[in-house]
Amino acid sequence: MQSIGLTFIDWIIILIYFVFVLGIGWYLKRFTKSEEDFFLAGRKNSSWVAGLAFLSANLGALELLGMTGNTFKYGMYVAHFYWIGAIPAMVFLGIYMMPFYYSSKIKSIPGYLKLRFDEKTRVLNGIAFAIMTLLVSGINLYAMALVLHTFLGWDWNISMWASALTVMGYVTLSGLMSAIFTEIIQFFLIWFGLFLVSILGIIEIGSLDQILNRLPESMNTLWSTSSDPTQNGMLIHWAGIVLGLGFVLSFGYWTTDFLVVQRAFSAKNLRAARMTPLLASFFKMALPFIVILAGLIAIALSNDPNSGFKLLEDGGQVNYDSALPLLIARYYPSGLVGLGVTALLAGFMAGQAGNISAFNTVWTYDIYKSVLNKKASDSHLLWMGRVSTVVGVIISLGTAYWAKSFPSIMDYMQAIFSWVNAPLFATMLLGMFLWWITPNGAFWGLVVGMLSSFFMWLGVKFHWFNESIITMSSVQSDMAANFWRAWWAWVICFALTIVISLFTKKKPKAELVGLVKGLTEEKHDSHLPFVKRPEFVAIISIVILIVLNILFW
Amino acid sequence: MKPIWYFVGLILLVIGGLIFLTGVYQLLNPPETKTVLSEIHPNVWWGIIMFLFGGFMFLKTRKETV
Repeated sequence: MQSIGLTFIDWIIILIYFVFVLGIGWYLKRFTKSEEDFFLAGRKNSSWVAGLAFLSANLGALELLGMTGNTFKYGMYVAHFYWIGAIPAMVFLGIYMMPFYYSSKIKSIPGYLKLRFDEKTRVLNGIAFAIMTLLVSGINLYAMALVLHTFLGWDWNISMWASALTVMGYVTLSGLMSAIFTEIIQFFLIWFGLFLVSILGIIEIGSLDQILNRLPESMNTLWSTSSDPTQNGMLIHWAGIVLGLGFVLSFGYWTTDFLVVQRAFSAKNLRAARMTPLLASFFKMALPFIVILAGLIAIALSNDPNSGFKLLEDGGQVNYDSALPLLIARYYPSGLVGLGVTALLAGFMAGQAGNISAFNTVWTYDIYKSVLNKKASDSHLLWMGRVSTVVGVIISLGTAYWAKSFPSIMDYMQAIFSWVNAPLFATMLLGMFLWWITPNGAFWGLVVGMLSSFFMWLGVKFHWFNESIITMSSVQSDMAANFWRAWWAWVICFALTIVISLFTKKKPKAELVGLVKGLTEEKHDSHLPFVKRPEFVAIISIVILIVLNILFW
Repeated sequence: MKPIWYFVGLILLVIGGLIFLTGVYQLLNPPETKTVLSEIHPNVWWGIIMFLFGGFMFLKTRKETV
């Protein structure tokens, strides 16, 4: 297996990054005095800081490698994850949901469930989220070690322990604040470290048009081949993209996953919190110019026998994740290689820090304080936050070793999101917009929604029934199955929550003021001129989204 | 507390400067193994862009506190 060679200067750049993030954690410790400082970064961030952190918490290196690899496999359809599969949900969060989240002064998403419904719904979601977060954190750690081992020839154990201990160091010192600082540094390192791949790819091939012209139609358009699943690289109908990805998975992730929403909670006021996902949406829309473009360049080069470019193969199987590292090795001379590797490392570590900081908050508030120690003082909770950070990293390391001995666990990552987030979005949507949805309706709807998603996944995995029952298509695709399973889990949770709510005891309206639309006075930012309101920014974001989709139709 | 932009500026300034200097060294002493498009010296101009961007952020925020 060929490795990317690192020179002395590349190692120096990587070392500077490690020293820098640990130094930031140490510097910020003196400003982390209360539990609110540790878990919510003091609630004093601007919308730009919170917005970039909001986006970066989702922007792990696994996603960068995976999405570039997926583009090689599926073509431009992968851009749907960044456009229709993200932007409408981020706008919806900023405009409609954030006022209820932020104004209720909750510290976590399960905290909202406690206020809106009851303790059991909060604990159920808290436990599901904590397990999901640690699993994803460990799998990310494993994936990082795999990448570093495969492409740089680094030792497995050293890679995992060095990065996990670094993350543990700075998150334990100053909690969410240092996680946010390092996420923003990662954002800039990723742009500077990886956008150059796309620029150099365009220079080598000639132009963006020439890159697209070298690809088949099934790979170089967004929608024009979506009416017939057999005609596009992802083997999916447009309805699956719109309902499964664009609606359920996207809204489920961006509006209810505490990992990202926690960053908006750190904003200094409601307007900044509403602007957080809206500002992030512009940067999200720009990301395909790194990941998708790099994937398309890799396809174009692979189709040219004179280019000498070929993805790696493991035991006869094409390793799609090798696309981005191989482009770095192709274009980057000494110094830039160190920057590219640092960008990937920063992505992995910031993703890890995001998971751990979300875990320590949910554990401390929604499980420990809610169930185990209801009278815990603020200083005790701060101590518990630091302890749970250490424990969370140790469990993540354990999960990473488990993943190493059981590699197919990697395949379960997408499935995990559809088990937890898709039904939760139905619960949140109903709870936030209909006052008569009851605590028992929400709880049992969520339980059955999560179980149904898990059952559908098991059924397809072990061939209890045919995948076409879920996807309503004769062609098979894992991606299509994920989208459709999420959709059905959402429908089941949505319908069951309504039916049970019709027959169970409702909460008094007085207890729901500030938590439910219609019972809450809404005058957000009405004193501002229209061009300064989040609604105006949301309109610009949606217009750009529409233009991009038409441009690459 | 120093704003985050101060730290972003600082790290881009340092890393950009190192990449630029490496590029200049390779311009004067071309390496034996060449990368594709090495003739346009990406580490020189990309290093300068990073250095200037980082330097601007660093200088603009070095006296600020939040």
